[in-house]
Amino acid sequence: MSVIQEREDEIVEEFSMFDEWLDKYQHIIEMGQKLTGIDEAFRTDDYKVKGCQSQVWLQPGIENGVVVFKADSDAAITKGLVALMVRVLSGAPAKEIADAPLEFLERIGLREHLSPTRSNGLVSMVKQMKLYAAAYASQEAHHG
Amino acid sequence: MPVFDAGEIASIRSRFPILSRTVHGKPLVYLDNAATSQMPESVIQAVSEFDRTRHANVHRGVHKLSQEATDVHEGSRDRLAKFLNARRREEIVLTKGATESINLVAHAWGRRNLRSGDVVLVSELEHHANIVPWQIVGSENGSIVVPIPALDDGSLDQDAFQKLLDGAKGPVKLLAVQHVSNALGTIHPVKEMVAAARSRGIATLVDGAQSVPHMPVDVQDLDCDFLAFSGHKMHGPTGTGVLYGRYEVLERLPPWMGGGDMIDKVSFSGTTFHEVPWRFEAGTPNFTGAAGFAAALDFLEEIGMDRIHAREAELVAFAHRELSGIPGLRILGTHPDKAGVVSFVMEGIHHYDAGMFLDQMGIAVRTGHHCAQPAMERYGVTGTIRASFAIFTTESEIEALAAGVRRVQKVLGG
Ligand SMILES: Cc1ncc(COP(=O)(O)O)c(C=O)c1O
Repeated sequence: MSVIQEREDEIVEEFSMFDEWLDKYQHIIEMGQKLTGIDEAFRTDDYKVKGCQSQVWLQPGIENGVVVFKADSDAAITKGLVALMVRVLSGAPAKEIADAPLEFLERIGLREHLSPTRSNGLVSMVKQMKLYAAAYASQEAHHG
Repeated sequence: MPVFDAGEIASIRSRFPILSRTVHGKPLVYLDNAATSQMPESVIQAVSEFDRTRHANVHRGVHKLSQEATDVHEGSRDRLAKFLNARRREEIVLTKGATESINLVAHAWGRRNLRSGDVVLVSELEHHANIVPWQIVGSENGSIVVPIPALDDGSLDQDAFQKLLDGAKGPVKLLAVQHVSNALGTIHPVKEMVAAARSRGIATLVDGAQSVPHMPVDVQDLDCDFLAFSGHKMHGPTGTGVLYGRYEVLERLPPWMGGGDMIDKVSFSGTTFHEVPWRFEAGTPNFTGAAGFAAALDFLEEIGMDRIHAREAELVAFAHRELSGIPGLRILGTHPDKAGVVSFVMEGIHHYDAGMFLDQMGIAVRTGHHCAQPAMERYGVTGTIRASFAIFTTESEIEALAAGVRRVQKVLGG
């Protein structure tokens, strides 16, 4: 099983505890609160992901040969969803990130947040993450 | 004395099928009427009856269905002319909405009449639909878009307006101003503003998208050259709208879009155009929508625009009372003249989070910049939470909103 798949299953398991929407969202918000956020130098328009209602910043990087992400948002729910994405994708093999279908949002009843018409910036963030990983993966393949 | 008794409101509500649905398992509290209002059964019926029995292209066929469809379509023009107290039916151009109406004026009138350095005077609170078309035309001919500043209470700075009219930023050729702010709800004194512009020979366009659905609007009284609005904000189907144009002005305008229905004679050596208003209605129009639009006007007139306006004023006052007691909540737009909109921000709570939570409680509000980013900038916010009312809105729905807001605060700790 892939790293991402394992992490997704873990999250699905975790969310299966919640029957109430409020508990679910509170859990998401708490995850956001624990997110380390991004380095201040990255809080610029260059690292801002397009979204119309809430804003998202994404700081990609390479550490020890793997793709890592830091991210932040100005809205609490979006920040929690951002934290969820970072938890699933950051540090996973680049090729896996690029190809990840990310179905877990559907499995935890949050698919609507990833619909392309949602204006929270999450879709664009995931797209950016995948592009970054894909670029790194092709570079890796080239060199090694 | 309330404008309506509870029984009357209940009976109005029962005419809107959508109001009986649930959202996330809770009864729907629909407070997003400024974006799109709901359709009563009679409008839904009119559309479906048309589709079942008369669906055919208009103006083009000699056959019975086409004739009936044309009667319905042109009949909606008559209804609209009467609704607005237009001098003649030819002053009503049927469009797909306020946006198309304004773009029509920008392209047909603006391209012909605006020159480099000319000023199109808008307000700082304008919907993007009344900013961007002027910028597009301006990028071609060098005309500029200048905003009338807004004051802290959500009204427009009338002193600044006078100075701008007198040429403070260049010669003003057009006043293109909203009647009611969709972001804040303020009703602007457009009749006086139009008169001031006209006395200087300046053309006038009123964006009535948020006024025509909520109060009596009489184009002869307003005396503007153009008035734009949308059917879907006044209990009609989407894809319907109006550009009212003073006949003498419309008559002198070239067409904007070309196609079928708008021509007199077409040949490769030259084409002549149909008369007003059909010259501006290229292509097959939304005749199904027109059937529903006419039914929506029947609904509004049956209740009475005066009473609708009075009722919504009551609801706004009630909402102000309910919401202003909530600590950390700030209402934007406190001018006493307001149509059915209450916009607010909550300390420490992002509007997106609030909107998401209210949605989970079955409450539909709009969050964000409301297509009025300059207005948001003016008040130093990135967005607001906006509740907007209709004739079917009740006090208890507003109480539900207030309770929802308090709950949001509790969860998000604003
Ligand atoms: C003041 C104002 N003008 C214009 C519009 C544009 O209307 P439509 O999208 O129906 O064309 C709106 C709609 O939100 C509005 O509120």
